[in-house]
Amino acid sequence: MQKKFGDFVEPNHTDQECLIIHFSPTSLPLQQRWRTSGLSADFLAEYWTTFFPAHDVPSRNKQIEIKGSINYIANELLENVMKFSYRPADLPVSLGLYLYQDAFRFYAGNAIDPQTLDEFRNFVQQLLTRDLDELYIQQVKHNVEDESGDSSRLGLLMMLNDYDARLAWKFEPASQDSDVIVVTTMVQLAL
Amino acid sequence: MQVRGEGYSVAYDPATATVTFQGTLRLRGAAEYAPIVQLLDEVVAAAPETITLNLAALRFLNSAGINVLFKFVIKVREQGDSQVLVRASSQVPWQGKSLKNLQRLMPALRLELE
Repeated sequence: MQKKFGDFVEPNHTDQECLIIHFSPTSLPLQQRWRTSGLSADFLAEYWTTFFPAHDVPSRNKQIEIKGSINYIANELLENVMKFSYRPADLPVSLGLYLYQDAFRFYAGNAIDPQTLDEFRNFVQQLLTRDLDELYIQQVKHNVEDESGDSSRLGLLMMLNDYDARLAWKFEPASQDSDVIVVTTMVQLAL
Repeated sequence: MQVRGEGYSVAYDPATATVTFQGTLRLRGAAEYAPIVQLLDEVVAAAPETITLNLAALRFLNSAGINVLFKFVIKVREQGDSQVLVRASSQVPWQGKSLKNLQRLMPALRLELE
């Protein structure tokens, strides 16, 4: 069973410039690991500026913009995989970033809690079909009421709304005989 | 009033009713943002004529942090005593992209992007 939502494009490992980071989620408590998502996002943002050198004002502005976008999206995706990784599955989480001619594609993967799977799939479906402005305001209002303070849905809406990113998802079993479902979130950022 | 942590500070100057954010904010959810939320709640309760948020030196803000700003703006709007001015920087990419959403919640909010 593999299910794709949105325009999910499989990553190309052989021909594309890419960088993939894997984290083993069980080796450190979440509090200590939290710091690694910021560190990793900063590193990724800085790393990819190598491919966008600044030699005049327009290219410098482009570099600043790309760096800021990678930083935000990578940080948000890493926070999400850390928060939502289904620990009993004992699987690593990952973030890969691929550079194509006209876009970056991020791929964030984590095992998902079977109890939250349906609800998450419904949310994904809403993101792809409903009016974004309406969803955005609705989510902000929901967050005001929600004491738990989980902002991950707002984070995805911000990628769509503020960064003009395109999102897609793939749900698949962790392996052939496994009951565990792994979700890969793809974020495409046009250059 | 001030909240400091690794790589960030949030400080309120009552003389100018200005809350200044500096550094990078990537705290994990409501519990970690609670001290900043508390500072902002105290500012709202003080009800100055205009509350200024100076964000120009805030290089990074995660979605949990944007959430804090949204909640703050909604509180100010509902209390009805204060206007809000947000000072931001066009040189910090996230500010140009995301702060205008605050005006969706409070149309009278002034956003100055320098």
